[in-house]
Amino acid sequence: MPFIHMNHTSNHKLLQIRNLKKYYPVTAGLFSRHIGDIKAVDGVTFDINEKEIIGLVGESGCGKSTLGKTIPRLEEPTSGEILYKGTDVNKLDKKGLRELRKEIQIIFQDPDASLDPRMAVGDSICEPLIIHNIGDEKKRMERVTELMEQVGMEAEQANLYPHEFSGGQKQRIGIGRALAMNPKLIIADEPVSALDVSIQAQILNLMMDIQERFGLAYLLVAHDLSVIKHMAHRVAIMYLGKIVELANKKELFENPLHPYTEALLSAIPSFKPKDKDRILLRGDVPSPLNPPPGCHFHPRCHRVLPICSQEEPELTEISEGHFVACHLYR
Amino acid sequence: MDNEILKVKNLKTYFFTRHGIVKAVDGVDFDLRHGECLCLVGESGCGKTVTALSILRLFDSPPGKIVDGQISYDGLNLTTCSSEQLRQIRGKDIAIVFQEAQSALNPVLTIGDQIIEQIKLHLPVDYARARDRAKTLLGEMGIPSAESVMSYYPHQLSGGMKQRVLIAMGLSCDPQILIADEPTTAVDVTIKAQILDIFLELKTSRQMSIIFITHDLAVVAEIGDRAVVMYGGKDVETAPVSEIIGNPKHPYTSGLIECLPDISKSTGKLASIPGTTPNPIKIPPGCAFHPRCPKAMEICSQQEPPETTISKEHKVNCHLYT
Repeated sequence: MPFIHMNHTSNHKLLQIRNLKKYYPVTAGLFSRHIGDIKAVDGVTFDINEKEIIGLVGESGCGKSTLGKTIPRLEEPTSGEILYKGTDVNKLDKKGLRELRKEIQIIFQDPDASLDPRMAVGDSICEPLIIHNIGDEKKRMERVTELMEQVGMEAEQANLYPHEFSGGQKQRIGIGRALAMNPKLIIADEPVSALDVSIQAQILNLMMDIQERFGLAYLLVAHDLSVIKHMAHRVAIMYLGKIVELANKKELFENPLHPYTEALLSAIPSFKPKDKDRILLRGDVPSPLNPPPGCHFHPRCHRVLPICSQEEPELTEISEGHFVACHLYR
Repeated sequence: MDNEILKVKNLKTYFFTRHGIVKAVDGVDFDLRHGECLCLVGESGCGKTVTALSILRLFDSPPGKIVDGQISYDGLNLTTCSSEQLRQIRGKDIAIVFQEAQSALNPVLTIGDQIIEQIKLHLPVDYARARDRAKTLLGEMGIPSAESVMSYYPHQLSGGMKQRVLIAMGLSCDPQILIADEPTTAVDVTIKAQILDIFLELKTSRQMSIIFITHDLAVVAEIGDRAVVMYGGKDVETAPVSEIIGNPKHPYTSGLIECLPDISKSTGKLASIPGTTPNPIKIPPGCAFHPRCPKAMEICSQQEPPETTISKEHKVNCHLYT
């Protein structure tokens, strides 16, 4: 695996992921015989720099959410390295992990499911402060007020319960809670896909503001390429557990190399009439339990070569900072 | 113009609940012409789905009730005709494709049986003919190995496949009108492109009249001929799609367009519409959009805006143009 170096605004690597794998064993029969693995994340390597927004794109089942959960070890990785500021996350003990999770926070897709319905939202925001034993009660209340205001809510609303808010407001609260610990990295798993269009824009703007204001790095997981294009500095495209293309945003959108990226870009409905014909992919995403041999994408690929079904292409740097895993570019 | 196949006039569908009257649809007017794809656009709670359900009276009653208005189809008023008459129309003349393919299919019947059941109910054919027809339809929807899919149960199919099965089922009795409720929302981008392609094909090859419900204006731009933008249970703007996208009149329509992160351009900050969609129990008085409208005037909170004609095909309900 080539060593991937990046050249965004800052060269301070916040997170380095090396050949990360997460397999879920599949068992059958009376004695739970091990019959295979669901390779949700299958050898992923990339870095996140400080203050950088990385967009992670892929269709359902490609492993993008699993990858997001594996980074703060909400899911234990099967193998591979996750280095946060140079420290191996896999080797952290309970205490170290707790410290790590102060710095890495997650915003989930469904704000309804991520807030406790029986807890006033202010208490939800306050909870990480209590868990990490920060400040006294008065300080914490001040912090909650401050956070509510930072995400565009009114301080008095802290006493209300989740059902009294709309989806967009609940997502704001989720963001407020993620900010409570002054994290360095926020993993945002489809933060706007459950929201109405007019509300999506509000939340995306809020996330941009916060990123600039607090100098955060985001791993933004989304299936909507227009959201990614709006937000991200660099973009990684995932297909069946692997990164198939990684480049900075401009390069990826103007010069997509992998046929899957091409198809994804052309599949986006747009106001402008297309100058090129849309590339329609055949079939569905195959099951990660039994992925096709060689390049996982070859049965759906419109530029397939004979070698594609036999040999798996490696992620290779084609031009500076532009990585692609495809036999077309060997 | 006399090629209207379906006319909806001042439709009002209310739900009488414990918490109050939900005016889900509160005075919607539009007509569907032969062979066109009419899009109903709006955000959640704007009444677009209930409008579609009202056409076939497919909501629970009580609490739901069509309290006013007319839906004329083929000389019949669908709001007042008997349920027997309506049953003849459902699935045969007007078919509907739902958003959640998972819950629209019966999990304990095979795909084949579910389609055959509908064909045999409406058409005078025997089992073998119905089966052939079902298989052909699945094939036309781009389902590989249609023969084996016929004996599958819904859980054996992916989301995109299920959506295709539903479309095949909707087409099984050669309906005049196909209503599609967000058929592309629950599927992935590449599958979405495939499904949109099927609808484009239906329009060109079968001259199908389609009511397409979506919240996604980019989808509207791809497949719609005309669009009705809905807000707070009312239609606020009706125009050909090119007009809606290129020359929107209602501040809500232009807001919706501006707040989309468009792939073809890259801007710093997204325009957004402040506030949230109204609670259908407490729709604001006057123009329902006025609390969020950047161009709101005094009159907007007092009086409901009448329909104003911008051009022959372009109608808008907004005080700015009265």
